[in-house]
Amino acid sequence: MIELRNITKRFGTYPALHGVDLAIHPGEFIALLGPSGSGKTTLLRIIAGLEVQDSGQVLFAGEDVSARKVAERGVGFVFQNYALFRHMRVAENVAFAFTVRRAKTRLPKAAIAARAEELLRLVQLDGLGKRYPAQLSGGQRQRVALARALAVEPKLLLLDEPFGALDAKVRKDLRRALRELHQKMGLTSVFVTHDQEEALELADRVVVMNAGQIEQIGTPDEVYAAPATPFVAHFVGETNLLPAALFGGDGAATEGGELHLRPHEIAIVGPGTVGAAEVLVANRFRKGAMWRVEGRLAGSDSFVEIDCPADAPVPAPGDTIRILPSARPKAFSKVPSDSSPQVSDLK
Amino acid sequence: MSAPVSAPTATTEGPLARFVLISLALIFLLLFLFLPLLAVFAQALRAGWGSYAAAVSSPDALSAIKLTLLVAAIAVPLNTVFGVAASWVIAKFHFPGKAALTTLIDLPFSVSPVVSGLIFVLLFGAEGVFGPWLRAHDLKIIFAVPGIVLATVFITFPFVARELIPLMEEQGNQDEEAALSLGASGWQCFRHVTLPNIRWGLLYGVLLCNARAMGEFGAVSVVSGHIRGETNTMPLHVEILYNEYDFVGAFAVASLLAGLALVTLVVKTLLEWRFDLHGTGARS
Repeated sequence: MIELRNITKRFGTYPALHGVDLAIHPGEFIALLGPSGSGKTTLLRIIAGLEVQDSGQVLFAGEDVSARKVAERGVGFVFQNYALFRHMRVAENVAFAFTVRRAKTRLPKAAIAARAEELLRLVQLDGLGKRYPAQLSGGQRQRVALARALAVEPKLLLLDEPFGALDAKVRKDLRRALRELHQKMGLTSVFVTHDQEEALELADRVVVMNAGQIEQIGTPDEVYAAPATPFVAHFVGETNLLPAALFGGDGAATEGGELHLRPHEIAIVGPGTVGAAEVLVANRFRKGAMWRVEGRLAGSDSFVEIDCPADAPVPAPGDTIRILPSARPKAFSKVPSDSSPQVSDLK
Repeated sequence: MSAPVSAPTATTEGPLARFVLISLALIFLLLFLFLPLLAVFAQALRAGWGSYAAAVSSPDALSAIKLTLLVAAIAVPLNTVFGVAASWVIAKFHFPGKAALTTLIDLPFSVSPVVSGLIFVLLFGAEGVFGPWLRAHDLKIIFAVPGIVLATVFITFPFVARELIPLMEEQGNQDEEAALSLGASGWQCFRHVTLPNIRWGLLYGVLLCNARAMGEFGAVSVVSGHIRGETNTMPLHVEILYNEYDFVGAFAVASLLAGLALVTLVVKTLLEWRFDLHGTGARS
């Protein structure tokens, strides 16, 4: 169990983290998700011991490790740009953790070579040990970085934007490989990403961060289907933000409500439907199995994105269509209201 | 860089412009660089190989060569260690006064060498700040070898640091962090990761530092006292011979210095070539 208690960190006058609490259970696969500058990488580096928090505690299995250096924490760290040692062959890179051990505990040369080869096999790079990092593809380099980090036999694997610089196909393969390794080796893993798709696909739990604080912690399903804050609703998945009049339980309207609807949560309805809002279609394009229709809400500046099934007639640019929420929307009133908001009119 | 342009591109000039520009550059090089160099060797050998050998192997010349090598042998290692330490500190850490230190490292480049020499005379000379104390302890710095070493160290100390600071700043901390996370000690990290990453830049800096240490005239001239066979370095010896109208001797010793410059240039070119390969990631 890894616990972070009230972690605060400043860089000069810039507050990178303020008051972050997080508990990570053994065997979990955690994603730290957020835009750049949200403090997610700083948090990862504090867990690793590459950065020291200004205040707060980092506990590994109940023990405060704040004073321990990175090598004493038993963590494997995979750096954003791999940080492979350019002048060393792949096998030497992977074996680095063995070769820098003190003479007393160091393995014999043959054993080190065998362990390196074993690690390379684990990441499916056996036979490439003699190459230099420059002679490998991006995906292969990432695997070398992974194998090198695993050489310290970490309980906790930390990865900083592990798939950032790779193309889509390689990312997909690597995600699967990482997930398999995580399970096979019984690791606890934490990775940083700004890609919500990656976070939702890979993680057991997603920690959504913004401006140095945690917005929500939950399973991918929870953060997608039940975002706790407007920020999460927008950052995780696509969301339309529409002005709406919200009515409290007592029937009184509260001014200035906002409605958050996913593109697939909007239905196109026939003329004369009560409560429907008009949208002037500006653009449409094919998006996988669906058509994406974009338009402007009549009488406002709000832009709306709607997913339409491909087997029905798709509105064309210039058309005026009428829409209604097809799912119960997540409404965030700008004015705090203790009563549960109900949507009656999209205007 | 100088590969012939086969297919015309947007930036290719017409044939005439190209001819004129290339000729200008070549003529300039010929007049101002190649001819003087040629003249040095021609003058040195004007009276034949015998006189050349005699001039180079005279006791005073040998003493000057020895002193020059000694000074370089002290100044270059010192400034290598200092340069690596300073660039490490500047490139990898943030601390108050960092900008001031960076500026200070450039000081020997911005001050006239003569002034640099005078600084040491004012500090360690007979009338200088530490003069009485030095005399009381029977220590001689000015008009002696220690002064020449001091002046040379001062003059050549930016070379290594200047070469390494941008290189290390560009490389960042990640490799070092990776090494530390894998259990390397500070020394192992430096020896196995940092040093290999900077080795070509370091070698280049050391080479430039050495060339200047052997060739420095101004500062050394002020502190040396020009005592033949004792405090004359090669550049000073050349000047003395020249002033005595011993042109063959002067140019013979000068040709050694010019030879050193040529060797430095060749090695530097080889290093840059190696550096480029390294930079683009291509390897054996």
